[in-house]
Amino acid sequence: MEVERQTMRERQLRARDMLRGDLEGEELERYVEERVVLTRFEEMLGWARSNSIFPLTFGLACCALEGIPMAAVTARYDIARFGAEAGRASPRQADLIVLSGRVSIKMAPIVRRLYDQMLEPKWAISMGACSSSGGMFSNYAVVQGADKIMPIDVHVPGCPPRPEAVLYGFTKLQRKIQGNPDQGWRARYSAHGTEEWARGGPRSEPSGEAAEAYRAARELIGA
Amino acid sequence: MPDAPGLELIRGQIEAEHPGAVIDTGFAQERAVLVIDPAHILPVLTWLRDAPGQGYRFLSSLHAADYLPAEPRFAVHYELLNRDRVERLRVKALLADPGEDSLPEIDSCCELFPTAEFQEREAYDFFGISFRGHPDLRRILLPEDYVGWPQRRDFPVGGEPVTFTYNERNYG
Repeated sequence: MEVERQTMRERQLRARDMLRGDLEGEELERYVEERVVLTRFEEMLGWARSNSIFPLTFGLACCALEGIPMAAVTARYDIARFGAEAGRASPRQADLIVLSGRVSIKMAPIVRRLYDQMLEPKWAISMGACSSSGGMFSNYAVVQGADKIMPIDVHVPGCPPRPEAVLYGFTKLQRKIQGNPDQGWRARYSAHGTEEWARGGPRSEPSGEAAEAYRAARELIGA
Repeated sequence: MPDAPGLELIRGQIEAEHPGAVIDTGFAQERAVLVIDPAHILPVLTWLRDAPGQGYRFLSSLHAADYLPAEPRFAVHYELLNRDRVERLRVKALLADPGEDSLPEIDSCCELFPTAEFQEREAYDFFGISFRGHPDLRRILLPEDYVGWPQRRDFPVGGEPVTFTYNERNYG
């Protein structure tokens, strides 16, 4: 399809003729060809979905105070630019859950239940170091990474993440919803196989070292 | 805060009524401390609350501690406050570890200070100190099916060790 370069004035006149019904024949065909875009239905659906995400009004810890209302939602950064300002107070109406803060072991079943109550299609963003990996709370009370209890689409690092980082993560999620996800950095730099693991490799018991340290400490005190 | 002679005066008066109740006195962290035999904790707290001239009627905090290498190992701290004179007094009861299968026990002071109810539950939750006579002794913050007493010093910290290449190369 070849689109002729025309001045804006000519285009306006043709649009007026089109509206009046004065355009006929080959001219009408050309006018329609210029203005119709063909695409796949899935792509259109993904485009629509990605630009009308309803996030769940939900907060876990300090990221819920620093990040979501103060930074991403209010006017300075304004997540409404990406069509996600309609926070839903019920998981049954929401598309996106943002885990904003550490997920404690007591909260984990509740978070999982909220996620299960959301209707498909649904997405999850893990916001901040704590919900992504446990962060500074490497202890008995906090889930070491929320992806142990539910699927996560985007991890946003930071403690707390900058608002720009949250919005960047959000646009990454949008591209994922549109079926065009960004490559990870390992794929971009052909760096597969450079992952670092805790001692013992990927399949080692997560708390094996802690248990060993516990036994050693008990021996040390002669208990 | 009672000064050193005042604290010794309190000690003498308690000793007169309950012989053997006071184990030690001292000043730690700018706070007068009475170390009390746990068997006498309720009479001593009652006396400090009700005796004329004392009037430590406000329990501002109750908490437990674990001094693991030391023996006896556990302690329950009662931070008392006289609101008329704005005097604070710390009462400390030391509890020995009875072993793996049983919990250290002390009398509950819920009858004296109703605020102690939740704070004793918290001490039970994290240190496994059992308060005799508590109306509803169960976990308050941790999940109810949690196993263990996580604030004890011999409880593993938990979490996941993250070994970075640097540490592995230099210390692994």
